[in-house]
Amino acid sequence: MDWTLWLEWVIKALVLTLTFLVGFGYLTYYERRFLALLQSRLGPNRAGPQGLLQWVADAIKLIFKEELTPAKAYKLVFFLAPIITMVPSIVIAAVIPWGPSVNLFGRNISQSVANINVGVLFLMSIASIAVYGIVLAGWSSNNKYAMMGGLRSSAQMISYELTLGLSMVVAILLGNSMSLVEIVEAQRGPFGWFIFVQPVGALIFWIATIAEVNRHPFDMPEAEQEIVAGYHTEYSGMKFALFFMAEYQKMIVVSAILATLFLGGYLGPGVDQFPWLGPLYMFIKIFVLLGIMIWVRASWPRIRYDRLMAFGWKILLPLALAVVFITAVGILLAQEVNPWLMWLTPVLSLLAGWVASLMVDRAIRRKNYA
Amino acid sequence: MLKELGRGLYTTFKMLIEGPVTTQYPEEKRQVRPRYRGRHVLKRYENGLEKCIGCSLCAAACPADAIFVEASENTDDERFSPGDRYASTYEINMLRCIYCGFCEDACPTEAIVMGDNYELSFTDRHDAIYTKDKLLEAVPSQEMTTPQKVEPGLYTRSVPQMENPRD
Repeated sequence: MDWTLWLEWVIKALVLTLTFLVGFGYLTYYERRFLALLQSRLGPNRAGPQGLLQWVADAIKLIFKEELTPAKAYKLVFFLAPIITMVPSIVIAAVIPWGPSVNLFGRNISQSVANINVGVLFLMSIASIAVYGIVLAGWSSNNKYAMMGGLRSSAQMISYELTLGLSMVVAILLGNSMSLVEIVEAQRGPFGWFIFVQPVGALIFWIATIAEVNRHPFDMPEAEQEIVAGYHTEYSGMKFALFFMAEYQKMIVVSAILATLFLGGYLGPGVDQFPWLGPLYMFIKIFVLLGIMIWVRASWPRIRYDRLMAFGWKILLPLALAVVFITAVGILLAQEVNPWLMWLTPVLSLLAGWVASLMVDRAIRRKNYA
Repeated sequence: MLKELGRGLYTTFKMLIEGPVTTQYPEEKRQVRPRYRGRHVLKRYENGLEKCIGCSLCAAACPADAIFVEASENTDDERFSPGDRYASTYEINMLRCIYCGFCEDACPTEAIVMGDNYELSFTDRHDAIYTKDKLLEAVPSQEMTTPQKVEPGLYTRSVPQMENPRD
């Protein structure tokens, strides 16, 4: 192993990290502007041209803010919790392929920091680490609201992680691989994106990731009206900024994963001739997915906590199981009988999704909800 | 469920299409309503004479005791307003004023009027006391400033003949 390989890794990791840090800043700007437009407002437009430097001002403000540590907090854990939350949100992006390999300085460089053959497993394992930071933050703050936020968060994340894993299984089955590059390459061709083959699977993945990153309408761990600010109630200054950063970077990452698994990743017209179009297509897909997340935030109210758990366990998990089963059967039929039978999968899964939505309706209309 | 969720998304999307309703305040200002009660203005007649005759009715009507008027005698050589007297001191404490408009109602000559200026801010409490030179309307032309030297016997009536106000 020569030193240039190390150099390549270091440079790629540095570029990815810096992109994410700046991306976080501009995501907050994007969210505030787009949310404002959805609410008939303008949003921040004063700092810099069209408010483009707003995030710099916010960052400077947070850096200079006083940092309080509660007297009875468990200091070490209180200090470590934001870091434990923040680091996985960047590390998880390491396996995402941002484009096909490029030739640079006579070397063949793949556009992902690490192209490992069990990429999906890596995603799952790193995604589960983030919950530790939140629970530990809630516990070490020595504040009952923070504690409740942390507990809610752990319950919610554990419940929805099962569904998340099952919807990843859908992509693994369709791509016949656990490597993210191979999953992307399996989506070539017209209507090759897995969202066309398995729309309900993509939707389940999306719902589960929203729950996983604590976004509206599943932002139970930080429900302001109920538990102040949840697990980061006692945090201020830069420690709070780290939680904030982690949340937004997780948004970017899950959008990138959704784009990779179900929306064809870096694939797009002309990407084979010009490999640098790959990151651009990824950017566009992530941008649109983030826009939908913000749109949902502006539109839907927060779901009640017991219903959140009921929805996760009673509706989403069975639906995910059904979708995995349907996908497997569809692949089997396509291999054994006729390739066209593959298109039975979207039809059957949409049917299953429709039945699931009817079940939700029934649960909502029930008079004495337990 | 799907229908309701779709309706929620549609509602916010409609707002996106309609565009923001924001007024970018310091750059663009909204017109005030015709009967808006902003900062007071002391009016003049067309020939430049002040309408205020120093009768102190506004000060008497003021529920917040914000107005202070001191009157002096007019002469034909140094005439500020029609009639015998004029307001040599006219001060309104804008920190006391509640913008009720009673002074406007009490004024017999329609000298004090609530204007449309609502951008009052001070960095010192002394600045909050608006003196006569701040309140008085600008003169229509330079030679019409008060005091004026006028022909004797022309301005004997202090309250002009007026119709009843309609607005």
